[in-house]
Amino acid sequence: MKTSPLAGNTHRRMNNNTVLIMITIALFVIMYAAGCIAYSEKGFDHLQTFLNILINNSGLICIACGMTCVMLTGGIDVSVGALIAMDCMFIAVGIEYWGVSSPILMLLVLLIGVAFGLLQGFCVGYLGIQPFIVTIAGMFFARGMTAVICTQQVTIKSDPFFVGLANLKFNMPFEIGAYFNNKGKEMIPYFRLPVIIALVVLVAIFLVLRYTRFGRSLYAVGGNQQSAALMGLDVKKVRMKAYVLSSFLCSIGGICYCLNTMAGTTTQATGLEMDAIASSVIGGTLLTGGVGNVIGSFFGVLINGTISSLVKTNGKLISSWANVVSAMLLCFFIVLQAVFAKIKERSKG
Amino acid sequence: MKQIRKITKMRLFLPIFSMVLVMAINMIYDVANGNVFYNFFTISIRNGLLYGRLIDILNRGSEAAILAIGMTLVVSSSAGVDISVGSVMSLAGGMCCMLLAGFGNANVSQYAMPLWVGLLAGLAVACLCGAFNGFLVSYLNIQPMVATLILFSAGRAIGLLMCNSTIVYIREPSFQFLGGYLGPIPTPIIVAILCITVMSLILKYTALGMYVQSVGINAKAARIAGYQSRRIIFTTFVICGLLAGIAGLVATSRIYSADTNNIGLNFELDAILAVALGGNSLGGGKFRLSGSIIGAYTIQAITTTLYALGVSSAQAPVFKAVIVILIVTIQSPAVKAVMAKRAAAKEVAARKGAVGV
Repeated sequence: MKTSPLAGNTHRRMNNNTVLIMITIALFVIMYAAGCIAYSEKGFDHLQTFLNILINNSGLICIACGMTCVMLTGGIDVSVGALIAMDCMFIAVGIEYWGVSSPILMLLVLLIGVAFGLLQGFCVGYLGIQPFIVTIAGMFFARGMTAVICTQQVTIKSDPFFVGLANLKFNMPFEIGAYFNNKGKEMIPYFRLPVIIALVVLVAIFLVLRYTRFGRSLYAVGGNQQSAALMGLDVKKVRMKAYVLSSFLCSIGGICYCLNTMAGTTTQATGLEMDAIASSVIGGTLLTGGVGNVIGSFFGVLINGTISSLVKTNGKLISSWANVVSAMLLCFFIVLQAVFAKIKERSKG
Repeated sequence: MKQIRKITKMRLFLPIFSMVLVMAINMIYDVANGNVFYNFFTISIRNGLLYGRLIDILNRGSEAAILAIGMTLVVSSSAGVDISVGSVMSLAGGMCCMLLAGFGNANVSQYAMPLWVGLLAGLAVACLCGAFNGFLVSYLNIQPMVATLILFSAGRAIGLLMCNSTIVYIREPSFQFLGGYLGPIPTPIIVAILCITVMSLILKYTALGMYVQSVGINAKAARIAGYQSRRIIFTTFVICGLLAGIAGLVATSRIYSADTNNIGLNFELDAILAVALGGNSLGGGKFRLSGSIIGAYTIQAITTTLYALGVSSAQAPVFKAVIVILIVTIQSPAVKAVMAKRAAAKEVAARKGAVGV
């Protein structure tokens, strides 16, 4: 059987983009394995450690998916961290002070996310203002609104439905990874609701990016706006939709985050936008747009989570080591991307 | 009418206009509160120190103004932003305090080393950070925002490691000089004026400004024309780092301690906003240093005004955001295009009328 030219093409594409994701996954596996060997007596090799990383980072996974979509169009959204703080504060104050039931609040939060995204997307897409500036303004606005809603820390405890959701515990089926703790009691690893939400979002966005018209148009716009416009795509609309999607996913992430922290504070989730951007970049998404995948971003989040989990397990290290190490990794991946880009350029010329 | 249009088309129109607007709001507020309308501008001397809202704005805005100088150059040459300046500020302060106090000490009233060693080390670290950013951007062709993201997250963390995760206090009077007073005038104002003067002199008497602008307008064309684009972009990042270091030392000296977690927090945003407010395009190319500096002080004036109006520091960002969005919307290409169309249509109509007569 002859190999068609198309097959050769796919092979080549695999070399360029998938290699970066492969490296990310390989690095995650190596890092996690190293942690399992080094800290096995501290229980790092239990399945629960991995599930805890997932639980703690479920909000970040949702945000990273949205961030990847925005970055695919060549934009950026730095408002997500502040938007999460606003969502958490809104839910917390809504439950504790206004006495609104939590399902309505969650729905409202999602609506706020869409409205927020529409506004930002309109400024970016139709007014042609730089994404960075628009979303910085969005960040200021959301962070300030958090303080306008309430300046104190509000802990959620009076809504039984919300508390119930947060305390939902799913044991691993068939007792996978069950172990006996040092008292001889059998422990079954568990995960919580945010993990399921995050994984559903991840799969949904993966499918949307891969198989829908909207997903493909994100890539097209990010690759080259002019040719996308010549192809007949409504570039302005696509860019606006990307921001709406990002803010919407951010609101879902906000609910996950709130289920984990059960509180609203003004300083919540500071710097989370940079974590999301870093995860996407580590996962092989280019800030210039057009290249990237949510699976890579997912592993980017996991790598960051593993680093901080390792530092925590060690116990003696100052927590800022986690930041230093993840910044070093980020540096490594960025340089790697640059080298790949150079090789590509050379092979072209 | 024509003259009005001429004025609105001036490059410095926007920053000056917004500054005047802020002052007007202040004046209205003063009158409403029963004060004289020039209350905002009064400068008095209390305890031998200059005192007044204007002085406060100039004083508090110095760091942002110093950062805005470097940021303008970076934006102009690389068409990107340096988001690491806030972290570099904190790192420079941390380095300086760590050396002066000796590693591991959290509260000293005597220098472990001469003051100049600490200050120089702080500046050197800042320059090194700038060089690191510049290397990534210019020689590896990485987008400025991504390249500086590394130090954005690492800078503060390294500073924390150096200070052993504590706030290092230096209770030595000479250390408070940079953030204190020189005679009646607050030293930060003088430092800012010095930086601005030096940079404007450099831009005036050397070709740096022209190099930076030509690289920003088209890096490839500039290279073909014989400029070393990479080296120029690299230089702008080093300058930006150095200025961030100076700002960091001023901020550290103000509170005579290395509060690594809080020094320079969100300052990168203020610096970038100052550049945008100053009427400079964030897409690189032509720039006006004076615009950025006015922009920086305008932002500080907005903040101070909001505090004076009784808005809490946590709520102030809402108003900042609204103001920023309004200003950039006026500047946005879409609105400009609509305005241009209108103006053209009016002109056509006027001509038709003239012909008809």
